[in-house]
Amino acid sequence: MSVRSSIAVLAVLALVGLLVYGLVSKGSSRIAVGEQVPSTSLPRLEGDGDESLAQYEGRWVLVNFWASWCEPCKQEAPALEEFQRQQGSPKFTVLGIDTRDLTDDGREFARSYGLSYPLLRDGDGGAAHGFGTTGVPENFLVDPKGTVRWLLPGPVDEQYLHEQVEPFLPKAKS
Amino acid sequence: MRGAFANVAGCLLAVMLMALLASAPTATAAPPASLIEIEKQVMCPVCGTLLQLAESPQAQREKAFIRRLIAEGKTEAQIKDALVAEYGEEVLALPQGSGFSLSAYVVPIIAFVVAAVALALGVLRWRRAGGGGHGNTGPAGPKGDDAERLDADLARYDL
Repeated sequence: MSVRSSIAVLAVLALVGLLVYGLVSKGSSRIAVGEQVPSTSLPRLEGDGDESLAQYEGRWVLVNFWASWCEPCKQEAPALEEFQRQQGSPKFTVLGIDTRDLTDDGREFARSYGLSYPLLRDGDGGAAHGFGTTGVPENFLVDPKGTVRWLLPGPVDEQYLHEQVEPFLPKAKS
Repeated sequence: MRGAFANVAGCLLAVMLMALLASAPTATAAPPASLIEIEKQVMCPVCGTLLQLAESPQAQREKAFIRRLIAEGKTEAQIKDALVAEYGEEVLALPQGSGFSLSAYVVPIIAFVVAAVALALGVLRWRRAGGGGHGNTGPAGPKGDDAERLDADLARYDL
């Protein structure tokens, strides 16, 4: 094969590689149970400053991806808030991540449902992409070492939280 | 004489200043923003389509946000900046012409130029090599035994 042919073949391979990379990087697969969560830093929905999941190491965290325009999110919000009131402690918290949403809409949602747990903003959906979510709401229970222990690609309710999530959590509220 | 000249110069200066002031707002004012125009230029981040084509709940909220900014008197550029602040760069249907996004415009142009040069060089080489039959100067047709056989056949069938 001549040098010129080799260059042409390499150019075609590079182009195909670029296209494959583009396709692969567009999609993402959902994080599975047993995998580490990405520690993306996100701005707080209310107030200044950023937070990352790495800051929650040592606590159980129920990561809830939601958006104000999502109807099932409206249905599950009271259950999540109630669960936080019952279980919230230095060892556990619900962490809401408002994704692909307008800041004001997200704040209004949080106010109207009286959400007391920490809320972060994921305007461009980067964190949701990192978790491999395909919509909202999606819930991930993360252990103190940052490993996913349980997940639900859909809304939760009180019964579901008590039956599926509570057994993982430390027994006594401290 | 000098005083009259100064008066005329002063009047001219005043007229020029007034003309400048009068034209300034029209020269710098941006055209009023329109939802229809902006919808064509931004995406619905959840649907992955132009906002113009999207009817999802998220798209409805995005449209309401744009309407509110228009009512506040924001320009098209300001509204697009506000959308980028909310949803990130990917909300823009066309990448911005700066930084890494510039490659979205430059790479296709470079690719087109490279392809055109390669095609031109290929055609030149093909023509030099006598492609298409234009370069053949000798007589066309069979040679040697084939030519004799052809002549014999032609004579036999009286063609």
